Amino acid sequence: MRIPDPLKNNMYAELARRNLKRQAVRTVLAAIGIIIGVIAISSMGILGNSLKLSVTDSFSDIGDKIIVSPVPGEDFITDKQVDQIKKVSNIESVIPVISGGEIVEYKKGGTTIQYYVAVYDIKKDDLDKLADLQEGRHFKPGSTECVVGSSIAKNLDLKLGQKIEIDGSNLRVVGILKERGLGFDINTDSGVFTSSEMYGKLYPDADEGYGTVIVIVKDIDKIDSVMKDIKERINKKDELVTVFATNSITESLDSVFKSISLFLMGIGSISLLVAGVSILNVMLMSTMERTKEIGIMKAVGASRRDILKMFLLEALFLGVIASTAGAILTIGGSYLIMSLLVKNTSYLFTLSSMFYVVEGFFFGIATSLLGGMYPAWKASMMRPLDALRYE
Amino acid sequence: MPETIADIRKVTKIYTLGENKIYALNKVSAKIEKGDFVTIMGSSGSGKSTLLNMLGCLDLPTSGKVLINNTDLSKLDDEGLTSLRRNNIGFIFQQFNLIQTLTAVENVEIPMIFNGASPGKRRKRALKLLQRAQLPPEYADHKPNELSGGQQQRVAIARALANNPTILLADEPTGNLDSKTGHGVMELLRELNQAGTTVIVVTHDPRMEEYSRTTIRLQDGEVVNENP
Ligand SMILES: Nc1ncnc2c1ncn2[C@@H]1O[C@H](COP(=O)(O)OP(=O)(O)OP(=O)(O)O)[C@@H](O)[C@H]1O
Ligand SMILES: [Mg+2]
Repeated sequence: MRIPDPLKNNMYAELARRNLKRQAVRTVLAAIGIIIGVIAISSMGILGNSLKLSVTDSFSDIGDKIIVSPVPGEDFITDKQVDQIKKVSNIESVIPVISGGEIVEYKKGGTTIQYYVAVYDIKKDDLDKLADLQEGRHFKPGSTECVVGSSIAKNLDLKLGQKIEIDGSNLRVVGILKERGLGFDINTDSGVFTSSEMYGKLYPDADEGYGTVIVIVKDIDKIDSVMKDIKERINKKDELVTVFATNSITESLDSVFKSISLFLMGIGSISLLVAGVSILNVMLMSTMERTKEIGIMKAVGASRRDILKMFLLEALFLGVIASTAGAILTIGGSYLIMSLLVKNTSYLFTLSSMFYVVEGFFFGIATSLLGGMYPAWKASMMRPLDALRYE
Repeated sequence: MPETIADIRKVTKIYTLGENKIYALNKVSAKIEKGDFVTIMGSSGSGKSTLLNMLGCLDLPTSGKVLINNTDLSKLDDEGLTSLRRNNIGFIFQQFNLIQTLTAVENVEIPMIFNGASPGKRRKRALKLLQRAQLPPEYADHKPNELSGGQQQRVAIARALANNPTILLADEPTGNLDSKTGHGVMELLRELNQAGTTVIVVTHDPRMEEYSRTTIRLQDGEVVNENP
């Protein structure tokens, strides 16, 4: 048997290159089809992915939390219920939260700025589990000190040591939290955290329980069983609390964006389909034109497989070159568009966006090969004499 | 007893054009011995090319058998026929049939590519063959359309010799050439024959007969006489 020699393929490659060059205009037209197809598929993928990233990025939760809140009609979660939750296994920590909405007044120069915030009564250890300190320290128990979220600090231009006024009481800012983004548990960025004593002073007739209980699970895989356990314990007789896992939102967001991406890429695929047909057309014309050449090749010792290989190689060349061009144009174009319109290109150079570029690249090559398959097969099946006689 | 290299047994080739049946060959039988120089003669349309194409494994008979090296062609698949064409047969066409995108030397390399020869080796051999076919070396890198008819025919001959064939088939190799150039080509064929290659030439030209040892005369698809 003949051993496929890598050097031998050089001449096939050379032949493919020359044949593509011989019909330069036609080759370029076919390549443009592929290029557009690749661009369409990968940029649609990137678009969907960037949409997804920009939305999911604004959520901080990885989804290892369970939010327990009273059902409508129940005002709060009792200490007893919190104890019941604590008995459930696989729980990392239970954070009972008391909160109220407030207008903060802050004097700056001569004017008084008003700002709506949420005031929380959370133990300082528990707060540590939800957000990190950017600067300063935690409030001391029993003091009138407070820690504020990053967006409050930014919007009110707060520095450590300054005072804010809530409901007539002055609270001293001793710590500022790191920006955390939107969450499903509590919104630390626009929260004011203070001691229980201070909170009690602000809300003298607050409920005897908690507005929410945040449960952090040890292992995200156990989230469902923990949820079930909590429900079973507390809602044994009556429906008292609703339990909700933060990852359920990210999960459904994920599936929404997956379908958006798929839909967009479907649109891209149509253009690639058109490109495939144009490749088919180009290669078919080229086999017709080269019928005589195929006859000669066969007469001097080319087998069906050799002919098939030559034509497929040509399609492959076209596909690789066009797809590479398409991929480069996609990355370059996306970069340009993103930097000009959104002024943020970070979503482009993510693994998931690049995956769509790679996918578009391979789709382009596959389309080209598929389009070249039938003409190549047709060429290989020509009878040598008929091919030689063809004018 | 001399070895038979090609055995044609009651070969019939029928072309059907609408209602009409054309007997391009009608029960043609002939044996060709190894090392022979055969001319196939006959008027236009007598079936010469049809017969030669069968010997070149380019065409199969409607009925009857063609045996090359004692192998029945009808028993071979594409791979088998290809390997026979590639390794045992060199074909020189009347119309040269060179590949226009390739240079003279590359055209000669083509059969060696399908044979799996390494690039360096095949280039060297191709240049040697061109020299042997008396193409001036400065034309080796010319494309066929930059060559004269005679030069193209020389390239075609060099290509036919690429894989060292045991049988060399030529369909009116001098038909497109002036008589002097034609003479040169025939001399070359004689030289090759003397080196041991079986040469089978289709020709109109009675003067070519002087080169041959055997002549197969065809008329309306039938052998009229076969002189010893
Ligand atoms: N593909 C074909 N279809 C129909 N008829 C054909 C075909 N090929 C050959 N023939 C017929 O078969 C007969 C023999 O043709 P062939 O080409 O063998 O003749 P030839 O002896 O080579 O003639 P010439 O000297 O003109 O080349 C002719 O009558 C021709 O018309
Ligand atoms: Mg003829």
